[in-house]
Amino acid sequence: MTAAPDDIEIELFLRALQLRHGYDFSQYAPASLKRRIVQLSHAQGLRTVSGLIERVLYEPGFMSVVLEGLSVPVSEMFRDPPVFRAMRERIFPVLASYPQINIWLAGCAHGQEVYSLAILLEEAGLYDRCQLYATDFNDAALWQAQEAIYPAREAQLWSRNYSAAGGEHSLADYYSARYELIKLDQRLRRNVIFANHNLVTDDVFCEAHLVLCRNVLIYFGDGLQDRALALFRDSLRRGGFLCLGSRESIDFAPSTRDFTPVDAKLRLYQLGHKNG
Amino acid sequence: MSEPRAIVIGCSAGGLNALERLLAELDTALPATVIICAHTGSSDVELLCELLSRHSRLPVIEAAEREPAHVGVVQVAPSGYHLLVEHDARFALSVDPKVNFCRPSIDVLFTSAADAYRDTLIGVLLTGANQDGARGLADIRRQGGVAIVQDPGDAEVATMPQAGLDIAGADYCVPLNDLAPLLNRLCIR
Repeated sequence: MTAAPDDIEIELFLRALQLRHGYDFSQYAPASLKRRIVQLSHAQGLRTVSGLIERVLYEPGFMSVVLEGLSVPVSEMFRDPPVFRAMRERIFPVLASYPQINIWLAGCAHGQEVYSLAILLEEAGLYDRCQLYATDFNDAALWQAQEAIYPAREAQLWSRNYSAAGGEHSLADYYSARYELIKLDQRLRRNVIFANHNLVTDDVFCEAHLVLCRNVLIYFGDGLQDRALALFRDSLRRGGFLCLGSRESIDFAPSTRDFTPVDAKLRLYQLGHKNG
Repeated sequence: MSEPRAIVIGCSAGGLNALERLLAELDTALPATVIICAHTGSSDVELLCELLSRHSRLPVIEAAEREPAHVGVVQVAPSGYHLLVEHDARFALSVDPKVNFCRPSIDVLFTSAADAYRDTLIGVLLTGANQDGARGLADIRRQGGVAIVQDPGDAEVATMPQAGLDIAGADYCVPLNDLAPLLNRLCIR
C-alpha cells in the first residue's frame, strides 16, 4: 500500500525540521501532530504542508513560528482541582519533612501550573524551602510563563478551580487586573527557575522531590513517553512523587515499573516504597 | 465501501436521548468499534457511560488514551479532551484549543478517524445545536467512508445534521428509528 500525499508531506516536513534545525518530532503521537501541522500551514495561508517545508529551510526565524505552532500551550490554573487538593493534603506533608524541596515542572508551557503550585506551597508555608524548575522546549512559551500575564476572562474559572483545590484565600489576592489582562504577583516566581529543556533530547538536571508533567506525554508516542517517564524516574529521589495528567495512561511504559500509585485515579505516583 | 471496521457518532443537544435509542438497537454481534463524541454539557463522562449502559446492548466505556478501539464496544470521548484515533486504531487525547467552541470536538474525532480507517469508516451525525462535525463528516466522505445524517426533520435540534447535509452531504439521511437497522445492515454482511 502506498502512502497518502498529505502523510508524505508530514514526514518530509518533520525530516526538514530535524535536518535543518535539530528538532525531532518524529516520535510524537501522529494524529495530534498532523492536526497541528495542517493548522500551522493554514494559519500561514499555505495550501499544503509542502509550503511549510520551503519556509522552514530558507526563511530565517521561521522555526520559532513552527515551535509555537507545534507546542500550542493550553492550560488553566488548578486544572483538575482534586489533583491539587490531593497534592496539598497527601504529598505536601511528606515534602515538609525535607529542609530543601526540589520540584520540576516539565513542559510548563505558559506557566499556569507553576503558579498554581507556587500558591499552594506558599499557603502551606513551604514555598521558601522550595526550588522550582519550570522547563519547556519552547522559549517563547517560557518567556510568557515568566511574564505571568493572562486573559482576564480566564480568572473566573481559575478562581473556581482554586477554591475547589482547597485554596485558603481568594485567587484575586494573587493577581492585579488591568484592562483585559491579569498579572500574577511576581513574588510567586522568586524561587522559580525557568529553563529550556526538551524531553525528546535532554537529560536529568536535578534531584527532585516532585515532578509534575501534566498533559504533555499525551502528545508523545509510546517510545518517547517511556523515555520521558524514565527521565522522571531518574530525576526523582527515592520516595519522590510524580504527577501526570488525569487521563494519561502509563500502562504501555516499562519505566513506570518502579512507581507505585498514591492515587491511581488522580495519576499521583511515588517512586519506590521507602522515604529517605 | 470496504467492510466497516468503525462507526463514529457525533451529537450535542438532544444527543443523550438519541444515543440511548440508537444503542438499544445495535446488534450485539456488531463486528465494528463504536466511538462517540457527545457534547452533553456534563463534565462527568463516567456518568454518561453509566446512563448509556442502561440502554445499550454493547458495553459502554470511556475511551482511554493509548488503548486500542475495541470491536463490539462503545467508547465515549472524555470531557475536556479531544479524542483522536491513530493509524494503528489506538486512541489519543489532546488538550489543544477548542474547535467550534468544543472540546471534545466531533470534527477532531471524525477527521482523525477518517485518516485512520479511510474507507472502512461510517460517520454518523445526530441531533445537535451547532455545526461541529460537518467538516469531519466531509473528511470521512473524502477518504471513502460512509456518511449518515439523522433526518433534520426528525432530530430534536436540526442544526447539526442540517450543517452535515449542507457541508458534507450524506450517503444516507434517515430518521432515528431507521438508524440502528441501517448500521447493523452495513456492518453485518
